[in-house]
Amino acid sequence: MKSKALAAPYLVWMALFTIIPLAIVAYYAFTDSQTGELTLKNIANLGNYMPILIKSIWLALISTAICLVVGYPVAYFIANCDEGKQRFLYMLVMLPMCISFLLRTLAWVALTEDTGIINHFITSIGLEPLPLIRNNGAVVLGMVYNYLPYMIMPLYTVIMKIDHRLVEAAEDLGCNGVQTFKRVILPLSTPGIISGFTMVFVPAVSTFYISQKLGSSGTTLIGDVIESQFKTAYNPNLGAALSLVLMVMIFICIGITNKFGDDEEVMAP
Amino acid sequence: MKRLSAFLLMLLLAMSIIPMPTAKAEPVTINVYNWGQYISDGTDGCIDVNKAFTEATGIQVNYMTFDSNETMYTKLKTGGSSYDVIIPSDYMVARLIAEDMLEPLDFENIPNYKYVDEAYKNTSYDPENKYSVPYTWGTVGVIYNSKYVDKADIGSWDLLWNEKYSGKILMFDNPRDAFAISELLLGMSINTEDRDELRTAAYKLIEQKPLVQSYVMDQIFDKMEREEAWIAPYYAGDYLLMADENPSLEFYFPEEGFNLFIDAMCIPKGCQNKAAAEAYINFLCNPEISGENLDYLGYSTPVSAAKDYMDPDTASSEIAYPTAETLEGGSAFMYLQPETSQYTDSLWLEVKTQGGVDTYAIVCMAAVVALLIAYFVIHRVKTKKRLANRCKKWKTQ
Repeated sequence: MKSKALAAPYLVWMALFTIIPLAIVAYYAFTDSQTGELTLKNIANLGNYMPILIKSIWLALISTAICLVVGYPVAYFIANCDEGKQRFLYMLVMLPMCISFLLRTLAWVALTEDTGIINHFITSIGLEPLPLIRNNGAVVLGMVYNYLPYMIMPLYTVIMKIDHRLVEAAEDLGCNGVQTFKRVILPLSTPGIISGFTMVFVPAVSTFYISQKLGSSGTTLIGDVIESQFKTAYNPNLGAALSLVLMVMIFICIGITNKFGDDEEVMAP
Repeated sequence: MKRLSAFLLMLLLAMSIIPMPTAKAEPVTINVYNWGQYISDGTDGCIDVNKAFTEATGIQVNYMTFDSNETMYTKLKTGGSSYDVIIPSDYMVARLIAEDMLEPLDFENIPNYKYVDEAYKNTSYDPENKYSVPYTWGTVGVIYNSKYVDKADIGSWDLLWNEKYSGKILMFDNPRDAFAISELLLGMSINTEDRDELRTAAYKLIEQKPLVQSYVMDQIFDKMEREEAWIAPYYAGDYLLMADENPSLEFYFPEEGFNLFIDAMCIPKGCQNKAAAEAYINFLCNPEISGENLDYLGYSTPVSAAKDYMDPDTASSEIAYPTAETLEGGSAFMYLQPETSQYTDSLWLEVKTQGGVDTYAIVCMAAVVALLIAYFVIHRVKTKKRLANRCKKWKTQ
């Protein structure tokens, strides 16, 4: 009873700002922009945007994979330092997040532009400027840079909590380094991987600012299309339909990742 | 009890974010919604128009900006904010009038309207002069960087389709201006409502897309001044501002014709302080203010008397005030039917989302999905086998 009362404010909050808005999104997605009648037209037209949706998911997946590959060793390293150092390193990971996301992305633009800092340096030593910006790679770079802390944080929390005696036991029983990692540490850090995956993938797939600043005119992502429907084209119905489909896609992707977590339970006899 | 206190806490929190209605008689504030970089704001020792207005009348100005007519329209349409003065372009004024979104002006409060030249009254977008007072007028042309662009290539809109400058070309990020360029190049009217023509114009824009660095509005200043881009279509007045920063930038009126626009001050329905808004409009029509303001902006004034207060160089600039002969090439945007606007919007979205989707992404996605499915199937089978083996072992023991 007590816990219920404490949760009440958040439940009200959820109802007001999550459930009701979602219902409104769904309502818009199924109504006609001109007449306001119920229609499936918005959803039926989404086929045109499938290639863009696939591209968005693909770029987000690549970024998430890179975040995982880069973030895991970092999280592992931080979790195995002594306490004072841990706090310091953890703060370093968090530090960039204290600066506005928009500003950090703009900083990358200033670095990578044709007339930017890096290319300015390259041309000043007599080399040809590199195409650093306005391609898929730049968009992935922007995503990885911005969302990496979201991968490291949950990984660090989970790895830190692994009982070190389990690792010692594995070593005592004759596991070598690789085996200990594969059979003990990796399975125990799976929850961290899953929440890290979710926390990076979800914002990455729906991003619009990064692709506008670092991408080319050809790297329009689904987030850009949704933004334009609300900001300039004034077609909230199409925007709502796209958001809804994107949400379903994200749920499917998260569902698949959660499957990895479920499987581990089967391992226990 | 706990529930009550939690509720009170929530209420307190909610109250702190919702602005309380003003109880005491505060100075009147008007919300002005204008284009970005479109008023003299006191930089480089120029006049700060909003400050001067507050000093003259005691009315505070809450100044906000938009980057395209369409953005402004969406903001008005979605509501949630009330503006007292807005400054859209001609065709958008016509659309707002047609959709009954503007208040008729009380010209008793705008005596300075008499200074506005006859040429900018009885316009096609507001034939009865009821809803709008012109703020500026201007033209759209091509800005290019003479350091990189060969003089032999200039003269026509096709410079924006020139593969030599691939990746260094900027383009308007709003459908009306972008389609106008494509339509002019194809020899169509910029007010065409013919669907086939619009579609052809959209194809022309899709053809251009691989060469375009990005679709931008106000970012154009930064990109052109720093030479990140070399070629861009934009408003002549803004060219004059850019050329101050980077003297290599040059401008020309394309031979196929160009858009001639008027941006006008209007009062939207739902405004809070109509009299104060009219005072603001009146203030901006004052020849002295208009002169000093537009001297900084580089756009052209509809108030001829204002030229006396300008730098003579600006007042005689052939880009800000083209000769009658040049102006013959200009054509104004007309009001388009809502169906046409919507059709153009959908074509524009098609242009923006076209291309850049590599088959490789689709193939890779398919591969990843296949691998995942394979992993699950193999994993399932393996665990089942292992469990079965264990059960067998236990049974035999």
